[in-house]
Amino acid sequence: MLTRRIIACLDVRDGRVVKGVQFVDLIDAGDPAELAARHAIAGADEVVLLDITATHENRGTLLDTVRRTAERLFVPLTVGGGIRTADEAMAVFEAGADKVSINSAALARPDLISEIGAKFGAQAVIVAIDARRVAGSPVKQAEVFVAGGRKPAGRRVVEWAREAESRGAGEILLTSMDSDGTRSGFDCELTAAVSRAVQIPVIASGGAGNAQHFIRVFREGCADAALAAGIFHFGIADVRTLKEQLQIDGIPVRFPC
Amino acid sequence: MLATVIDYKAGNLTSVVKALRHLGAQVTVTESPFEIAGAERVILPGVGHFSATVRLEKTGMATALRDIIGRGIPFLGICVGLQWLFAGSTEAPGCGGLAAFPESCGRFSPGRKIPHVGWNSLDIRPGSRLLAGVPNGAFAYFTHSYCAPLIAATVAATDYGEPFSAAIERGNVMGVQFHPEKSGETGLQVLRNFLEWRTC
Repeated sequence: MLTRRIIACLDVRDGRVVKGVQFVDLIDAGDPAELAARHAIAGADEVVLLDITATHENRGTLLDTVRRTAERLFVPLTVGGGIRTADEAMAVFEAGADKVSINSAALARPDLISEIGAKFGAQAVIVAIDARRVAGSPVKQAEVFVAGGRKPAGRRVVEWAREAESRGAGEILLTSMDSDGTRSGFDCELTAAVSRAVQIPVIASGGAGNAQHFIRVFREGCADAALAAGIFHFGIADVRTLKEQLQIDGIPVRFPC
Repeated sequence: MLATVIDYKAGNLTSVVKALRHLGAQVTVTESPFEIAGAERVILPGVGHFSATVRLEKTGMATALRDIIGRGIPFLGICVGLQWLFAGSTEAPGCGGLAAFPESCGRFSPGRKIPHVGWNSLDIRPGSRLLAGVPNGAFAYFTHSYCAPLIAATVAATDYGEPFSAAIERGNVMGVQFHPEKSGETGLQVLRNFLEWRTC
């Protein structure tokens, strides 16, 4: 039986994992390679490295981080943040990433999705969507935001997800900017709307705080995978404990041998 | 342990090569049929479209592979590499496979998310050398839209609305639909078995 995936996300700045609430008050949370390996041992089904500096000068540092992280990681590794061209994606793949996550560059130039897909396969392209919506407003009106959730992109979330799929995205990583960092639960309604609108897998992100939140996003949000960053640092909730709770609730999960 | 990985421009080989090296293999990556002729064991990876395998026929690689398989050299196809062992695939009706197995690969039937992405369990048939030491029910990482049917050579079946071949093995010809390089300890065990495979 296909299991629901738990994905550990590491926000990386200048080669170190950092953690903050909505990208402010960043605390050093450790070495990416070491944390990625620790998450994989605890049962993370995938690891995402998100480069939150994403400035041009630091690409070398990022590639080095990817290389070091990929060295001993034998679960899928996704790298996102600042990838604007197929060549930049190639450098990340060559450093050891299995998938890339693209966001604002795909909005600015949607052909990027098919360009990367043609060369590395659709399975290697994740389109990340940062979503915001006015509380209580219909999910159909949820809007895509760029620049870390500060700027509206002028697109509706569900419609952009469909377009990304038709252009060859392998998966959608849907982050609710409203829930991000709150630890009050995923936006299940929005996740379900996107998951039903596309055939490709949808990864829910933003708002993970406890096991119940994951159970709800798998059941009510129809998510194929759920991603969390903050709660897995500093040992607050490790993946194994989370999966044990999901299993008790009848959610199919994988335990490493 | 020498392992030759075939590069036919179908996606990224970094992860496969890295996993093999991690297990102590000396890895050669090649697109030359001549280099294959002297290989000790051969891996045909592959992500992407079945039509990419056309390049194998065009470059003479397919002929070289038929030859080494005929000589008993261990061969492992991964993902599209497994599918290529069959006669063909509905993904690219004009392209023939190696036809080591006469059946054809097809797309998952509608009614579920396609592609099949994520960790799914292996229903292992006893006696497989490729899967020795892998516990029944172990999980492996898949990402594909097309799959191979269950055949006599199936050594692991996986269910995604319908059962399909997750691993096949007939003598020195082996294939896995999942990505052993991305399947944690389970995948490493499969690669280890392949690297240690000896003709009896």
